[in-house]
Amino acid sequence: MERIQDSKQAGMAHSDTTDAGPRTPMTMIQALRSAMDVMLERDPNVVIFGQDVGYFGGVFRCTEGLQKKYGTSRVFDAPISEGGIVGAAVGMGAYGLRPVVEIQFADYFYPASDQIVSEAARLRYRSAGDFTTPMTIRMPCGGGIYGGQTHSQSPEALFTHVCGLRTVMPSNPYDAKGLLIASIENNDPVIFLEPKRLYNGPFDGHHDKPVVPWSKHPLGEVPEGYYTVPLTSAATYREGKELTVLTYGTMVFVSEAAANETGIDAEIIDLRSIWPLDLDAIVRSVKKTGRCVVVHEATKTSGFGAELVSIVQEHCFYHLEAPIERVAGWDTPYPHANEWAYFPGPGRVGAAFKRAMEK
Amino acid sequence: MTEYDPLRLHVPEPTGRPGCATDFSYLHVSPAGAVRRPPVDTDPRATSDLAYELIRVLDEEGNAVGPWAPEISRETLRLGMKAMMKTRIFDARMLIAQRQKKLSFYMLSLGEEAIGSAHAIALEEGDMCFPTYRQQSLLMARNYSMVDMICQLLSNEHDPMKGRQLPVMYSVKAKGFFTISGNLATQYIQAVGWGMASAIKGDTRIASAWIGDGATAESDFNTALTFAHVYRAPVILNVVNNQWAISTFQAIAGGEHTTFAARGVGSGIASLRVDGNDFLAVYAASRWAAERARRGLGPTLIEWVTYRAGPHSTSDDPSKYRPADDWTHFPLGDPIARLKKHLINLGAWSDQEHDEVHKALEAEVAAAQKEAESYGTLIDGRIPSAATMFEDVYEEMPEHLRRQRQELGV
Repeated sequence: MERIQDSKQAGMAHSDTTDAGPRTPMTMIQALRSAMDVMLERDPNVVIFGQDVGYFGGVFRCTEGLQKKYGTSRVFDAPISEGGIVGAAVGMGAYGLRPVVEIQFADYFYPASDQIVSEAARLRYRSAGDFTTPMTIRMPCGGGIYGGQTHSQSPEALFTHVCGLRTVMPSNPYDAKGLLIASIENNDPVIFLEPKRLYNGPFDGHHDKPVVPWSKHPLGEVPEGYYTVPLTSAATYREGKELTVLTYGTMVFVSEAAANETGIDAEIIDLRSIWPLDLDAIVRSVKKTGRCVVVHEATKTSGFGAELVSIVQEHCFYHLEAPIERVAGWDTPYPHANEWAYFPGPGRVGAAFKRAMEK
Repeated sequence: MTEYDPLRLHVPEPTGRPGCATDFSYLHVSPAGAVRRPPVDTDPRATSDLAYELIRVLDEEGNAVGPWAPEISRETLRLGMKAMMKTRIFDARMLIAQRQKKLSFYMLSLGEEAIGSAHAIALEEGDMCFPTYRQQSLLMARNYSMVDMICQLLSNEHDPMKGRQLPVMYSVKAKGFFTISGNLATQYIQAVGWGMASAIKGDTRIASAWIGDGATAESDFNTALTFAHVYRAPVILNVVNNQWAISTFQAIAGGEHTTFAARGVGSGIASLRVDGNDFLAVYAASRWAAERARRGLGPTLIEWVTYRAGPHSTSDDPSKYRPADDWTHFPLGDPIARLKKHLINLGAWSDQEHDEVHKALEAEVAAAQKEAESYGTLIDGRIPSAATMFEDVYEEMPEHLRRQRQELGV
């Protein structure tokens, strides 16, 4: 039940960070900003735009200072039009740029659906490689901030269902920076979901307790320079022997709290890249523990957890000693006042651990 | 009790329907040569009259008149003539091939050949068009291989799109022709983004966005206008108003008692309404807009007024919803006949040469078709291998697609 303290181990695979500069404590916001700063510096084709991201630096301040440093033709404000932001990025990507655009909240991406699903995701395919459009679409996601039904959604399953997209969700500053750099450098369109409840600390679902800052967490130590976390590897966030937790984003820390509180030796796999995913990491762990709990914050029905359950059933059925458990948000819109009744906290996750152990 | 009569929903109707001739007086037509030509650095607000008038150069006698009459060599005019003729002959031949079931589907550009032909000639190498499915004349004017086009239409082993797209959804980066989507209007804002990228990089390439009157109702059209204006993008925003979107008349798209060009003025964009069947007017307006874009003076919206002479596609029968002979009464005539008259006036063309060129082009198209069919057709089963279905979804094939390909056994 030893928690992995070192991100070099936590990240099962990542680029050599020996040249990435000294490590500095960073919040996830600072780590994301650092990733964009590094890439704006390294690659003149990287441009950043979105609502409020220019002069002001974004409503979550992820792009603060970047316009001043790189100028208005590299970092600039966009009209309130998600379809326009992504549509323009498709054209820029086709020109040869690497746009990094921000959708202010994941809840607002819907007007951009046609440009994401029918255009960005399929440009390479439909033109047989004549045109491609590398781009990274950043969007803060998830609840726990009293955002109500329009500032709390986790729409990852809507993207994993689309052929040609990569869907990524970091759970900590170290991964956030390395994954964002890898996303920007990737030639496929990447949906980069940022769990906003993790921006300032590893939130474990205990909303009534004081916030733990990233400076108190080893994965808040982030190299100042260039490094990547590949889009092909999950991380074993916590090693364990009794059951495997397949999760990502905020639920990594909720699952950790559940393991500590139930005393169940859970192995927590942080997918990081939700799709395409690291199948080997999942299969290796489930075959080892023989039990599996799938956890995500998004609504349950047709959520990505259903896909994970199916994958485990397909690849590990004869190694399973108990039915696979699934913990997710209820199938309701994200409520405002009843946020904590909705949020799948450590109590619900721990109860699922126990059910998986009892059978 | 109320002093008001009950409200009634207004649903626009065309003036003509099957059995009832169209009254084309709904279409405002300015006399050739009557509309002023402002300098390219004009204030967008000062173009508002041009968004309601109709820029025309060729008069009834085939003479080039007025301030928009362009400086254009006879040789270029002859090239344009041949591009238009080739487009029409190609379309006719592909329609027959579709009726013979060699292709699953086809879309004619009959009556609209001047727009793409003259526009392509007015642009520079390196500029990028973001077309719809009815701009094959852009490719003809840029001399793209007809064999490659027909291989795409046949979805055969040589199809550059690997059989993934419906016929006519070409993609030819080398000829400045962006991959056609099929989802309407999406390319409009992409063109603006492409033009913005050229400005970000400090290049001098410009984008040319294409849309039909029907799809201007999509939000991407309005978004594109906003972005083009906000960032002063080097882009030409073309609206091909061919009066019909499948069976819906242009008034249903918002063209009643206004023009599509007027949308541009309201967005702060210089806007022109142009006779799309007048090769010289198309060339002149395209040059004006291209010059404006390339000098960093901003976008131009151009409404090309024309008429979709054929069906929407081979799946459509327009005699069900409009008079069958409507095109013959369309006040702007046939673009090929009009340029022919002008060239003959110039002494740069003749009826005899016309016939000879026509025959030569027919032979060229027939030869291209023969060669393309030698590489297979959808019916004879010589199509791209099923393994190619799994390629290009991502840059590198991920594990799950490798497994699925193995499952299919290819």
